[in-house]
Amino acid sequence: MDLFDILLSASFWAAAIRIASPLIFATIGELICERAGVLNLGIEGIMVAGAFAGWIAVWAGLPLWGGVAVAMLTGMMLGLVHSIFSVPFGLSQHVVGIGLTLLATSLTFYTYRVVLPEVSSPPKITAFQPYEIPLLSDLPLVGPALFSQTPLTYAAFVLAALTALVLYRTPLGLAVRAAGENPSAVAAQGLSVTAIRMGAVTVGSGFMAVGGAFLTLSAFDSFFFDMVNGRGWICIALVVFGAWKPGKAVLGAILFAAFDALQIRLQQTGIGAVIPYQVFLMMPYFLSILALVVMSRRAEIPNALMVPFNKGER
Amino acid sequence: MNNTTKAQVVLRLQGITKRFGPVTANEGVSFDLHRGEVIALLGENGAGKTTLMNILFGQYTADEGTVELFGQTLPPGAPRAALDAGVGMVHQHFTLADNLTVWENIVLGVDPLTAPRLKPAQAKARIRALSDQFHLKVDANAKVGRLTVGERQRVEILKALYRDAKILILDEPTAVLTPQEAEALFATLREAIATGLSVIFISHKLHEVMAISHRVVVLRHGKLAAERATNQTNREDLAALMVGSEVSAPSIETGAPGASLLSLRRVTTPDQGAAPGLKSLNLELAAGQIIGLAGVSGNGQAALSDLLSGLITPTSGEMEMNGTAVQRWTPRTAIAKGIARIPEDRHKTGTIADFDLTENAILETYASRFSRRGWMNWAQARAFTKDLIKTYDVRCPGPDIRIRLLSGGNMQKLILGRVLEEAPQIILANQPVRGLDIGAVNYVHGALAKARDRGAAVLLISEDLDEIMQLSDVIHVISEGRLSPGFGRGTMRAEDLGAWMAGHGFDAESPNAT
Repeated sequence: MDLFDILLSASFWAAAIRIASPLIFATIGELICERAGVLNLGIEGIMVAGAFAGWIAVWAGLPLWGGVAVAMLTGMMLGLVHSIFSVPFGLSQHVVGIGLTLLATSLTFYTYRVVLPEVSSPPKITAFQPYEIPLLSDLPLVGPALFSQTPLTYAAFVLAALTALVLYRTPLGLAVRAAGENPSAVAAQGLSVTAIRMGAVTVGSGFMAVGGAFLTLSAFDSFFFDMVNGRGWICIALVVFGAWKPGKAVLGAILFAAFDALQIRLQQTGIGAVIPYQVFLMMPYFLSILALVVMSRRAEIPNALMVPFNKGER
Repeated sequence: MNNTTKAQVVLRLQGITKRFGPVTANEGVSFDLHRGEVIALLGENGAGKTTLMNILFGQYTADEGTVELFGQTLPPGAPRAALDAGVGMVHQHFTLADNLTVWENIVLGVDPLTAPRLKPAQAKARIRALSDQFHLKVDANAKVGRLTVGERQRVEILKALYRDAKILILDEPTAVLTPQEAEALFATLREAIATGLSVIFISHKLHEVMAISHRVVVLRHGKLAAERATNQTNREDLAALMVGSEVSAPSIETGAPGASLLSLRRVTTPDQGAAPGLKSLNLELAAGQIIGLAGVSGNGQAALSDLLSGLITPTSGEMEMNGTAVQRWTPRTAIAKGIARIPEDRHKTGTIADFDLTENAILETYASRFSRRGWMNWAQARAFTKDLIKTYDVRCPGPDIRIRLLSGGNMQKLILGRVLEEAPQIILANQPVRGLDIGAVNYVHGALAKARDRGAAVLLISEDLDEIMQLSDVIHVISEGRLSPGFGRGTMRAEDLGAWMAGHGFDAESPNAT
């Protein structure tokens, strides 16, 4: 198979969109946190916890959407923990975030062993099935690529659009953006920077967890310890790539996912026989770094990102 | 205004007392503000002006006393209540978000956060109407980060007016403006009070207080020292009330220019981000002169002071020191050639807050003067610092306390001592008295004049025109990296310099000649 054949095949793009979906959830979640001025490095651990919580809830008998809700709530609770330390206490966001990632990951593994003490391979659930949107799914190429996905993928795109609407078209979104640019401007208007930032981190973390749950409830049908596999860190980079704008961040997620889908397919072609497969595995990351360097040079970073706000200080 | 006594009382402060631990910031302060009246709140740094306004605005809670707005007692510690009652505050440090547009900054927090959506068209129309009415020209779609300081202040005022403020508090509003911009601001304020707005104008510039206010309230050491109708007082009277005794500014006479110590010819440096570099600049620093550099900040002052400190090198043009061309130019050669600096920001670049006085006093000379074979000689350093403390009147418990515990004035005296003890040839004084009280200001000015009389060249960079005009033997104005010709002492009025500061008078054909 030649490169053009791959790029023109519907199954390639369908895979890219599927791989992009969890990244979109988590990237949007991280973007909301960062727009309010808080870097959330707990993302990796929150995704692990979300993947587990959603899956175990469905395994225990909840419907699939119930699993999504449990994942979301788990993420929000972890986000609340992050925000308590990073916002009112104003601790280093790096330390809080990395600490939360370690805590959430370990707690997940611990809970897994407590719930399933004598299981050698994790049980499977019935995951989300693709839903073909009538009419749209009949379109050539885009039909199978975009409109024959699972409901959770559609939800990812809806979430990105809603986030953009809220950020740019509502007073709440304006307050969130202002909290990330100049918190004193928010405080001077009699609004609570603490409440806005804590809310943003809590909600954003909820979406990260749903991104994790996508892996267990839609992409696969079970939970493995290393399944998140650094996706959280990729999302941190995607926020920068997207210049803190939801639309561009979604594009970045799809681009990264396309590279990922491409490398799997390239491994099976003639060059795959010559070049070691590790080179292909490296490709999406390498190209992401390249794109990041090009795209993020002119981005407007939220001015107060990573700057704790203490009332009464200048 | 003769009818102020009859006008409605919009704000009544009664017996306001506020303590921070053992420090009393305000003690029993009471006064009334009437509709359509401008009160100037006058006082030195640390007199309690800002604390008082923060209590009024609900950011602090008073220990005693009440704030009444339009007859209603304000619940303590609730900024929202003050805002809703119609108090608008323009802070000295603007509270604007740079990456947001003007209209976004203005509508922030006006609608409740639960409101379904913003209404940009409506907001912009309202902003346009307000800016026409009050002559506050500004582009509602521009990002705030691209605006000049004057424009940002207009946005802050619009923000208050957009919320239907009845009382406007302006904290040192003219500190960052050219005289022309300040005049425009006054015109706007006159317009606003004609419509019934009341204004509290915080300042320590006496001529502005005289120009704009109806009444003056003077704070000293947190207490109300005096209250005067503006038309029944004068500048000398107010100055005396402010500091509690007659003010004697050092009378500084013109110095006689000596040999040229440093000359720049057609020097150009690259722009640094938004800050302009120098554009074909000619400058002569002669021994025995104070050369004042006037200008609105961000017009090339940083480039010039970086150049003289050796942090940047010219891309073109010539630089001569003591008549010989300068070859390699680094911070080290600059110090070796006798260029000393009083940095612009004494907290950030002048001192290390958690180092003690001794360590701070020898920051620039520790390697050359206070160490031998790689080991520090602390005894000598301490003795040196003790001398500095005595000679330069640094009020402190001793050389071993951390410098962050010193007041701004005493910190600056230590820096001054550190610089002057080296008997430098050229002194680069960047905003040397910013934020100091009158006593410390007079001290610093006197010391600079003394250094000049000894034969040093002093380059005084300041945004305060009064300071420049009082001290300088020669005045240059810098605007967008270009330098005006040198004006002799007393040859220019503030308005003339203001025109240059606004960029008028520069002629591309004939670069300045000194």
